[in-house]
Amino acid sequence: MNNEEVLHEQPLVVHDLGHSAHEHHHKQSFITKYIFSQDHKMVSKQFLITGIIWAVIGGLFSVIFRLQLGYPDQTFPFLEDILGRWAKGGRLDTEFYYALVTMHGTILVFFVLTAGLSGTFANFLIPLQIGARDMAAPFLNMLSYWFFFAASVLMFSSLFLQTGPASGGWTIYPPLSALRDAMDGSKTGMDMWLASMALFIVSQLLAGLNYITTVLNLRTKGMYMTRMPLTIWGLFFTAVLGVLSFPVLLSAVILLLFDRHLGTSFYLSDIVIQGKILPNEGGSPILFQHLFWFLGHPEVYIIALPAMGIASEVISTNSRKPIFGYMAMVGSFFAIAILSFMVWAHHMFVTGMNPFLGSFFVLLTLLIAVPSAIKVFNWLTTLWKGNIHFTPAMLFAIGFVSLFISGGLTGIWLGNSTLDLHLHDTYFVIAHFHLVMGVASMFGMFAGIYHWFPKMFGRLMNNTLAYIHFWVTIVGAYLIFWPMHYEGLAGMPRRYYDYSNWESFKMFGGLNEFISVVAAIVFFTQFLFIFNFFYSIFKGRKLTEKNKNPWKSNTLEWTTPIHPGHGNWVGEIPEVHRWPYDYGKDGRDFIPQTEPIGADESSHAGQ
Amino acid sequence: MNNFFLIAIVVLVFVVIFQISKASEYVSVLKGEEKSRKQNNKINGFLMIGFLILGLIGVWWCNELFYPKTLLPIGSASLEGKSIDTLMWITIGVTGFIFFLTQILLFWFSFKYQESTKRKSLYFTHNNKLELIWTGIPAIVLTVLVVFGLKYWFKFTADAPKNSQLIEITGHQFGWEMRYPGKDGVLGRKNYKLTDPAKGNPLGVDWDDAASHDDIHVATTMHVVVNKPVKLVINSQDVIHDVGLPQFRMKMDAVPGTPTTLWFTPLYTTKQMQEKTGNPDFTYEISCDQMCGKGHFTMRGVIVVETQKEFNAWMIKQRPEYIKAKAMIAAQTTDSLKTVALENNQAHQ
Repeated sequence: MNNEEVLHEQPLVVHDLGHSAHEHHHKQSFITKYIFSQDHKMVSKQFLITGIIWAVIGGLFSVIFRLQLGYPDQTFPFLEDILGRWAKGGRLDTEFYYALVTMHGTILVFFVLTAGLSGTFANFLIPLQIGARDMAAPFLNMLSYWFFFAASVLMFSSLFLQTGPASGGWTIYPPLSALRDAMDGSKTGMDMWLASMALFIVSQLLAGLNYITTVLNLRTKGMYMTRMPLTIWGLFFTAVLGVLSFPVLLSAVILLLFDRHLGTSFYLSDIVIQGKILPNEGGSPILFQHLFWFLGHPEVYIIALPAMGIASEVISTNSRKPIFGYMAMVGSFFAIAILSFMVWAHHMFVTGMNPFLGSFFVLLTLLIAVPSAIKVFNWLTTLWKGNIHFTPAMLFAIGFVSLFISGGLTGIWLGNSTLDLHLHDTYFVIAHFHLVMGVASMFGMFAGIYHWFPKMFGRLMNNTLAYIHFWVTIVGAYLIFWPMHYEGLAGMPRRYYDYSNWESFKMFGGLNEFISVVAAIVFFTQFLFIFNFFYSIFKGRKLTEKNKNPWKSNTLEWTTPIHPGHGNWVGEIPEVHRWPYDYGKDGRDFIPQTEPIGADESSHAGQ
Repeated sequence: MNNFFLIAIVVLVFVVIFQISKASEYVSVLKGEEKSRKQNNKINGFLMIGFLILGLIGVWWCNELFYPKTLLPIGSASLEGKSIDTLMWITIGVTGFIFFLTQILLFWFSFKYQESTKRKSLYFTHNNKLELIWTGIPAIVLTVLVVFGLKYWFKFTADAPKNSQLIEITGHQFGWEMRYPGKDGVLGRKNYKLTDPAKGNPLGVDWDDAASHDDIHVATTMHVVVNKPVKLVINSQDVIHDVGLPQFRMKMDAVPGTPTTLWFTPLYTTKQMQEKTGNPDFTYEISCDQMCGKGHFTMRGVIVVETQKEFNAWMIKQRPEYIKAKAMIAAQTTDSLKTVALENNQAHQ
């Protein structure tokens, strides 16, 4: 018996099963199966792999600009080899530095943590966990991926423009982004950014409407809304947020295009740039910020809610214990979703917005901490007296909770307008949002990938690599972002290319260097994950029939064949008889949702 | 060559890690998966508690290293900033307590309730009393923070005190311009369409407004008097900038077309701060805190806080911009007249 055979016991059985699962299905060509696929599972994988590619690009950008921040007075000749005139003499061009910062933000926020996270898991989990054959509109679903792909292509090609990609920050505030003379990135790069984002919004709307319709209409028999796994609740609210807020960004984008090309003055007034007196009068740049953050803040929750849902599911499963306070979890999702539409102006306390108006946003912003606190305490109580299995997914879910606490608490500082006067646009903000929505949601995504990889590909990932990946990443994340709070408390502003001429900020040179080194290490550690992921798709240990539910989970997706065909279940879709969190009930390790309530089974409220 | 070695080493490390991981997978299969899974569980449980302890030490150590470099040990240099610091300390207290409580519970529970054959997990689905406790307590604590915060917020965003000194600060790519109202205490009207640096009017002041005739314009450095409130009227000529005053704990955007204001009371002169911080190079800096273009990081202004006497001595040396502009225009006209005359002469000859 050779090594491969040790790992792949009973390959024959699996093979047979694969056949029977596909029996009722018509034959598919390569193109309809892998490229223009309407199968939600394939669309999900397309989103995931595109997301991974973007994450590598976006992460690499941060490593490059961290080189500049960590070593402002050194040159790196190899940068010139790679970047050419953007790094003449091995020193990053200032304009390109800002382009990298802008692209890092845009890519990670929109392409990785929105499309990559909810695109992957909403597509994969919604039909599988609610018991549906596919999305309500599989064709639109396919289009949603291809619009995203087109947006990606456009954004990627903007990197190769003579004048560089957009460079005014991912929030693209006008007039900086509206005036071609304001900076090079505001030339063609900004047009491509706006066009790409418009396509992206189309993709998100197609996807979101599909998710909502599917969750509301296609649940299997017995799958009441109150029996849905929390992942589905999280993804459902995410979709609602997206559908309501992305169109507003589209309007902001269109008005900005008008200002750029048609001579309108929505955002422009009283401007003298490069010695030129512009005719525009009466516009307000603040209007753009209102429109942008009306999407921008819900966007934060579009990123966070799927991660919360995944963490809830993974923590409950691997604690072998029901999620604590299911209804409170759903209620807090709902509260967060509602409140997230009423807090956008907390990004704008120091824009000269009416202070009285600001006070409402203080109140509502701090209010959102209450449902977040409920969630954290519920996760903690779920762990309490559990029987915890540290699967890689579980580690990342616990890491998610830790990072969410650390980053969430500083939100209480920044949401208080008085403190924001000092902390706004400093490194404190960078530390805050990277922990709470950047790294935390990334952890949610990792938890999801490790947890559902066996369902996606019928194979297992390597645990040892996953453990190393987790521990290096969580330690690194804290080493990078924790000390940044101190830089913020010194008032150190964001988006500076070099601090060494500033008497107030130059004392952090050593720390910046340290952060850059750790960032590079953490970035390269992610290749352990990427390698593990792609290697395991082809060479991972196969699931066997008796191990086809490797985490002993209650949810419906594990009742499908190891390699579900298009349609997911062979024969009837199973009926659901209970909520998904019956772990450790009546002395039984787990009771799948498909099992009818026994005659002598103890009951619990809500069933 | 060095780069090549670096890449080779990184790749080698990867291969080694991968081989070890793969080998451990083979071992686990041969040894019995259940057994090796339990072993891994123990290791990770131990790492959880280890991470907690090392993490707490790290938090303390990080504080030792960097707290002295923040602005908190010296305290705020403005009266208003002192209140902001107070609120910050209250917030640190509240969020710090919750941080330690929840992080310790998280990792300690993870360690304590790791898988064991001796124990069965508790079937505990909900408890309304607990939910009420952790809905109610955060709500009350947050209300306190909101009340404190808004009290200060309304105070700082209200009108500046009557006796405050008015200064206009205008941002442009990439620098700051200050304008003092002169003896009449009124800043002359502006119209951005009049902007013309060649005619000595870089800020677009409307000379038809007599109030502008004694206004004084200086670049980059602002002089203010200690213990006297300063009211800034903030403008921008091109894109959005931000007047960031870290030592005074204040910040306000400069928005083209929409003037904003900010006021504060400096408590220590620049010299006093140099002694207080023990840094002879200390200066109050104005940092641009809103991304404004490729020179964003160079957009530095300076505030000199001095006694009334020093301020008066400085002020008396300044000439109103109107006079400078008139002189400049006059010089240009004579120049151009001369040129015209010269050209005429040449034409005649």
